[in-house]
Amino acid sequence: MEIETTQYKHCDLVKVNGRVDSATSPKLAEALTAITEQGRFRIVVDFSGVQFLSSAGLRALINAQKTCKRYNRGEVVLCALPANIAAAVELAGFNSIFRIFDDPLMAVGYF
Amino acid sequence: MPTKTFPGRYSSLADIAIFIRQAAEEAGLEGFAIYAVETAVDEACSNIIEHGYQGQETGEILCTTLTDNKGLTIILEDGGRPFDPSSVPDPQLDVSLDERKAHGLGLFFMRQLMDEVTFSTRGPINVLTMVKHTEHKTE
Repeated sequence: MEIETTQYKHCDLVKVNGRVDSATSPKLAEALTAITEQGRFRIVVDFSGVQFLSSAGLRALINAQKTCKRYNRGEVVLCALPANIAAAVELAGFNSIFRIFDDPLMAVGYF
Repeated sequence: MPTKTFPGRYSSLADIAIFIRQAAEEAGLEGFAIYAVETAVDEACSNIIEHGYQGQETGEILCTTLTDNKGLTIILEDGGRPFDPSSVPDPQLDVSLDERKAHGLGLFFMRQLMDEVTFSTRGPINVLTMVKHTEHKTE
C-alpha cells in the first residue's frame, strides 16, 4: 500500500493505493494521525487506487473521524470509491458516518 | 482440493488473498461475490493472527478450498487459542459516531458476506468452515 498526502489551503488530501488490510492499515492510521497532529482536521481520503479495504482499514477511518469531528473542528470525507469498496463501506454502515463524494475535486471543494 | 499453509502473520494476508481469489474464480464466482469471499477470509485470518496467535507471529494457517455444485467451501485451520464467536456482539451500525465501536466488524463481515460460517474444533485445532453459494454470483 502506498499513501500520498497533499496539503491544500482548506484541507488535506490522502490518496491511498493498493490493499488496506491488517498488515497495512497502521500506515493509513499513521498518515491520518500525522495530519491531525499538525492541527489540521479536514481530510479527504481518495480511494480510487484502493483494491481492497478490510475492517482494519475501516477502524483507522472511524478513529480519525472521531478525532476530526471532536469540537466540530473538522471532518473526514471519502471519495472515488471503487464499487466493491463502496459496497463494503455501506455494509459497515459507514454511509451515515462519512460523507462520500464521487471524485477528489468535489470532495476538496466541499471544504 | 487445493491446500496451502501460510505463516500466521499479517504479511501473509496479501498472499492468502491471491490464493482465495483464484479459488473463487475457479468456483465460478463473479464480481462482488469474489470480493466478498476475499474479505471474509481476510477478516477470519486477521482474527486468527490477532486473537488466536496473539499477534506473536507464531503458528500457521492451513487454508483448504473445495468446489462442488453448491459453490465454494473454504476451510481455515489454526492451532491458536480457541475462539468463541458468541463472545462477540454484533456491531451497532445505527448509533452516533461517538458511540460507534471501532471493533467487531470483522465477524459481522464474515457472517454477512458468506452463506455459511461454522466454527468447530478438532482436538487442539480450530476449524473455521465458510461457504459461498454460486447462485449468489451477482450479489
